[in-house]
Amino acid sequence: MSITEKGQAMTANRLRDGAVVFFTRSGDWSEAIDAAVLATEPQAARALESRGKDDERATLVTGVYLFDAERRDGHIRALHIRERIRTLGPTVRLDLGKQAEGLGGAFPAENGG
Amino acid sequence: MYRYDEFDYQFVRDRTAQFADQARRRLAGELTEDEFRPLRLMNGLYLQLHAYMLRIAIPYGTLSSRQMRQLAMIARRWDKNYGHFTTRQNIQFNWIKLEDTPEILAALADVEMHAIQTSGNCIRNVTTDQWAGAAADEIADPRPVAELIRQWSSLHPEFSYLPRKFKIAVTGAPNDRAAVKVHDIGLRLHKNDKGEAGWEVIVGGGLGRTPLIGVTVREFLPQHELIAYLEAIMRVYNLYGRRDNKYKARIKILVHELGPEKFRAEVEAEYARRPKQETEVEERELARIAAYFAPPQFERLPRWSPRFEEARLANPAFARWVRTNVAAHFADGYAIANISLKPEGGIPGDATSEQMELVADLAERHSFSEIRVSHAQNLVLPHVKRDDLFDLWQALSGAGLAASNLGLAGDIIACPGLDYCTLATARSIPVAQAISRKFADYDRQQDIGPLKINISGCINACGHHHVGHIGILGLDKKGEEYYQITLGGSSATSASIGQIIGPGFAGHDVPDAIEKILDTYLKHRQPGEEFLAAYRRLGAQPFKEALYAAH
Repeated sequence: MSITEKGQAMTANRLRDGAVVFFTRSGDWSEAIDAAVLATEPQAARALESRGKDDERATLVTGVYLFDAERRDGHIRALHIRERIRTLGPTVRLDLGKQAEGLGGAFPAENGG
Repeated sequence: MYRYDEFDYQFVRDRTAQFADQARRRLAGELTEDEFRPLRLMNGLYLQLHAYMLRIAIPYGTLSSRQMRQLAMIARRWDKNYGHFTTRQNIQFNWIKLEDTPEILAALADVEMHAIQTSGNCIRNVTTDQWAGAAADEIADPRPVAELIRQWSSLHPEFSYLPRKFKIAVTGAPNDRAAVKVHDIGLRLHKNDKGEAGWEVIVGGGLGRTPLIGVTVREFLPQHELIAYLEAIMRVYNLYGRRDNKYKARIKILVHELGPEKFRAEVEAEYARRPKQETEVEERELARIAAYFAPPQFERLPRWSPRFEEARLANPAFARWVRTNVAAHFADGYAIANISLKPEGGIPGDATSEQMELVADLAERHSFSEIRVSHAQNLVLPHVKRDDLFDLWQALSGAGLAASNLGLAGDIIACPGLDYCTLATARSIPVAQAISRKFADYDRQQDIGPLKINISGCINACGHHHVGHIGILGLDKKGEEYYQITLGGSSATSASIGQIIGPGFAGHDVPDAIEKILDTYLKHRQPGEEFLAAYRRLGAQPFKEALYAAH
């Protein structure tokens, strides 16, 4: 397993339905964390946040924030369990959420994954 | 059951229309999130970990079959086919879309329900004994008073912007099943020497980051003075409660910082200032409300039901369920049937649409269309003929609703925790599931006896861990979940706050730790001594030794 990059990704909830979304390389929002852009420099993270605020004003999303993440083997992994659960859905209902819709992150919620 | 009058009906319709307009304006960009957030919260719409969450008020935990069916419909149509019954006797849906919410609120209004005051710094849904109006030990049904308080507190302009949220619980029975000593205000009905019923008024209890047992401000308050007296308490709180620090803003902090004597003096002074003639209106209103809560038309039945007794003898599984889940009713030939929402390894408080519909049907057939939600996240059919219990149990068994564990180790209270909640620091549900599986054996649960295991996923204590005989609090230590265990808590009549037993445990070690605690209890208990009593007698030491000696 190789960690190639560490940085921050940006997430929010889509305004109309509340779905957890991630800001992508192409400048829109995806339900899948693997589409997320990873800001590896503080300056890039600030630029991301500014884009996020714009999209809040444009009523696309709400509750924008950055979270620590890393790229492992081409997939994005959130460092904190809370964020990993957001990329998957409830750990107690594997039939629900992103994990059940083919949009889940590549890493389990629990550490060691 | 209480039925809306024209005023209630119009009021809820108006609010639904207002919210539809607010949501439209938010989606159109006319309102910012900062402007919209308080509006959606006033209608129970939170933003949670995966989506919006809608918290719907179930006043004093009472539902009709019709209302339960509507909740099932909402879950199926607008959520993911299930709901979560909460420790506040409410229901939450976890996957709600903002754009659907106006329609959902309209569907709720169709059955006299809403989500008003399930959030925000106002007086929240009034909670009570889930066996109200049915329990054999009850002095009087507390729900008319709970409904009076609901009407008084709904959109009360003076109490819509309190320093912090405010929770009132009411019990009409000497055995407290409503946890009145750990609410902002707890009301306990009791009788004086003349045989008159009146209210003990308990103020300043609460859980959260500062768990405290409430103090009695009035030993005996005549019923017709209740609302006026509550108003005096609210005024003192509104005036002196802290608004500079949300962690010190609950009334419990005020009561304990002023001291009970000074707080009582402030309330009595405020109360003495009030004009007295207003209370007559409340007496008339209370009488009007009470008529809605008149007991259903019970048949005159013998106490002894041969059909029930025969079924119990012939079917051990039914006998086990009766032993744990059926409670005494005041009317001969009737019983209270408790439906555990805690199947082995299940998610405490969750029910599917199909389960809700079945319970609605069974309530219609066997319990005058009445259902209760308990703060322990179970359901209750309050008025079932003993003759019908076997049929009821068979129907429940077929739907995974016949877990025989009420009040035992498997009947675990757990908040949604980090699996759903944005405030949580750790998961609650998986810990509950693991403990439930470990102690699944009925005989083992029976041997352990009455036990309350309560789990919260953060310090806010929605899982009531402080008042669990065994409490478990999930915390975050550098990104890892770990769990602190407290022992000796209780929300019953002799309420107490549990004490932390020692260093915390990783999640996967919690079930073994619980087992060590219970083995220690089994080793040291005296004949007939329940866990809580044994802990109070023994103190923490033997449990500490069992948990940490080998470390």
